[in-house]
Amino acid sequence: MWVFIVGDLLMFALFFGAFVYYRAQDPALYIESQATLNQGFGAINTVLLLTSSWFVVGAVQDTRGQRAGQACTRIILALLCGAGFIAVKFFEYREKISAGITLTSNDFYMYYYMLTGIHLLHVVIGMGVLIFLWRLARQSALHHSTASHESVISHFESGASFWHLVDMLWIFLFALLYLMK
Amino acid sequence: MRSSLPAASRHAPIINRTTWVWALLILATVLSWELGHGLGFGSHPERATVAVMLIAYLKVRFVFLDFMELRAAPLPLRLTFEAWAALVCGAVIALYWSGLARYPENL
Repeated sequence: MWVFIVGDLLMFALFFGAFVYYRAQDPALYIESQATLNQGFGAINTVLLLTSSWFVVGAVQDTRGQRAGQACTRIILALLCGAGFIAVKFFEYREKISAGITLTSNDFYMYYYMLTGIHLLHVVIGMGVLIFLWRLARQSALHHSTASHESVISHFESGASFWHLVDMLWIFLFALLYLMK
Repeated sequence: MRSSLPAASRHAPIINRTTWVWALLILATVLSWELGHGLGFGSHPERATVAVMLIAYLKVRFVFLDFMELRAAPLPLRLTFEAWAALVCGAVIALYWSGLARYPENL
């Protein structure tokens, strides 16, 4: 999992670098285009992902403490935050597309759709990982689990790390796409 | 196998370190949002941008150390993530600043 996460970090470092490099070539275009983004949507999504990460941290601690029922609840709350993120993104994309702003409108929007789209794919994959963790915790809570406690903890730690990666990448994306002046 | 500890002691403290970190991250988000969409530093948007990037860097560091639990990870792994966050933040600020130098009239 760590190898995959480090690979992802390198890929996003290149994306961030390319975005800021090309922004520096034509700041006026990027500033003008950025002004059409809804920064409130970006802030709400940041809060949703941070909160989901907090629930996942709690779920890992619950799993170590053999509180599988609580871990299940926290994973469901994290999933709801993830679903909220996707819903906000849907409204945001709809707002842009209905205003005629698409991937080909200009360089800023190309980066906006590409970076947020790749990140959204990470959110969807992360939610799949969270559903897997919820099933594991539920099996443990119902005493149906065939996996050892150490193995369940290991799965939780790996899955949680991926979800935190998704959260962390959004922190930089929010700053770069929505807030940089 | 269920723990033999009494029920009350099996529950985590209501406010633990990660909860404080989460609250700090939310406050930092509100602060950076205000800097980015509000007045920021008035007639010095470049200062607001640097502040926003530094806040993002600190937030990422908290996520790495407290949420991903890298504070307790082997040093090479922790250093890899610390270096990534510092390099990304530093490179973004440097590239942004180079753009300001070339196109100061755009601000």
